[in-house]
Amino acid sequence: MTTVLDDRGVRVGGVPPQKPGRPRPRFLQWNWLGGLAGWLWLVVVLLPIYWIVITSFKMQSDYYDSNPLVPPTSPTLENYRFVLENDFARYFMNSVIVTVGAVGPAVLVSFMAAYAIVRGSAGSRFLRTVNGLFLMGLAIPLQAVIIPIYLIIIKIEMYDTLGAIILPSLAFAIPLSVLVLSNFVRDVPKELFESMRMDGASEWGTLWRLAFPLTRPALVTVTIYQGLTVWNGFVLPLILTQSPEQRTLPLALWSFQGQYSVNIPAVLASVVLTTLPILTLYIIGRRQLLSGLTAGFGK
Amino acid sequence: MTIAPPVVRSAPPTGSTGVRSASVSWMAVPALVAFAVFGVLPLLGVLLLSFTSWNGLSPDISFTGTDSWSTVLADPRLPHALWVTFLIMGLSWLFQTPLSLLLGVFIAAHKRYRAVLAVLFFVPLLLSQAAISITFKMLLDPNFGLGAGLGAEFLQQDWLGDGTLALGVVVFVVSWQFIPFHTLIYQGGIRQIPTSMYEAAEIDGAGRIRQFLSITLPQLKYTIITSSTLMVVGSLTFFDLIYVLTAGGPGDATRALAVDMYQRGFKANLMGPASVIAVILVLVGLTLALLLRRLGGRDATESQLEGV
Repeated sequence: MTTVLDDRGVRVGGVPPQKPGRPRPRFLQWNWLGGLAGWLWLVVVLLPIYWIVITSFKMQSDYYDSNPLVPPTSPTLENYRFVLENDFARYFMNSVIVTVGAVGPAVLVSFMAAYAIVRGSAGSRFLRTVNGLFLMGLAIPLQAVIIPIYLIIIKIEMYDTLGAIILPSLAFAIPLSVLVLSNFVRDVPKELFESMRMDGASEWGTLWRLAFPLTRPALVTVTIYQGLTVWNGFVLPLILTQSPEQRTLPLALWSFQGQYSVNIPAVLASVVLTTLPILTLYIIGRRQLLSGLTAGFGK
Repeated sequence: MTIAPPVVRSAPPTGSTGVRSASVSWMAVPALVAFAVFGVLPLLGVLLLSFTSWNGLSPDISFTGTDSWSTVLADPRLPHALWVTFLIMGLSWLFQTPLSLLLGVFIAAHKRYRAVLAVLFFVPLLLSQAAISITFKMLLDPNFGLGAGLGAEFLQQDWLGDGTLALGVVVFVVSWQFIPFHTLIYQGGIRQIPTSMYEAAEIDGAGRIRQFLSITLPQLKYTIITSSTLMVVGSLTFFDLIYVLTAGGPGDATRALAVDMYQRGFKANLMGPASVIAVILVLVGLTLALLLRRLGGRDATESQLEGV
């Protein structure tokens, strides 16, 4: 909290707090209301997370006769063992397969489409139509079309397979990815495309040797955003699969909760385990992940 | 997490150096095919299915004309589901917007706090709605949850057993997950306001509240519209969260449109009426997105780009 005083001290002293000659606007100086709300909301965010973590280390018997907010006196890994023994590895692998299988191809085809739209739209009604279709696609909520998707999946005999989750996930990742990626491909200077063409490069070659390296940050961002969406997806697995062998993590979590609803520490241990991969990713690449979360809303 | 982005109009193609279209057009084909099969085709399909009768299990789908439509439109559960949907939408907007704006202003202005806060602040965005809902369901247990832990009588209520309270819980849990997201959007918008505007106001002797009302708020107009569009259109698709938290209950107190569609289609095996609900869902979403865009008076793409 010393910084608070610094900020105020600076203001009182009249010394420009940041770059010399550019006094910080008063409005952007420390505001108590915002500060209070900020820290308060942080508590609101952290309390449940804290509770999940400490409870996941409690014995089931402790749960019912200890204070919920006090950490366990003798922490146990029993709950984690229990969850891992309940086919966790399989659900984890299913989630990995579905996420990689949907997001990899989705980003690839979206990147190609974004490139084509930026490069060819001026002279091609086809590409302008395709672009319009993807933009319209942004407004289609997945839930609203889930019944026909279910019918299609049955017709192509993929019901209750991981492929049934992969295909619609892939398709629904495309519109936003194309929108974001085409914004970035559009930023590549025209002169570079021109000089590639002078060198006799094909469009396919230009895509990979020019556009790919220059839009790599955007590709990473889009991949992360879509990966998170698919990883956490619940509706598609719920409707398009049936057998326990095909469950992905969110669905497994849900059925686990239904099955062992009295064993709350174990359920919470499974919450921790399903979230751990994303948290690890978050710690490694927080910046990329946060820009990924707002992928559709700017560059 | 599911976020339904707002409707956007196609941006004029720029930056193209006029290549022969055939040499690049084929590159758009794989994406087009994938999206046509699982995006466009189902959209037409749901409209067709709303005029049929199908139980979702047998291969028989029979054309029944407007039967499903008249059934659903005469069913008092439809206005109820619409009411619940709009209530959740309105309340979560009212709760999230001022708080996100306040937090956005705070985080935008304080770089050092931002660094500290941001790490933990955004964790809810990473969790699946299934995980979040399961957690809150247990946390709100009147006997063993948070209320008992804090010894707070007020928190020891049967949160999910009472219709009004359950609705409040849904709104709170939605906000718990998405306030960080909207804070992120707002702080991006705030950081794009030119400092010179505040400097000028400063010289004119405007106070902080005045600066906020006359500069920050008007300058954030499009950010507010973007964020609101995402909240409003997104709230139509809250399914995971409500389904896991309350399954639409108690009774049908939290049975919003998406949940209603699922219950009719996949629980009661009435795909015709469920498709009718789905069509209504699309129509409501499109109407709201268009209304909000009109409010903005310009293309949502532009306001989106201003968002962050």
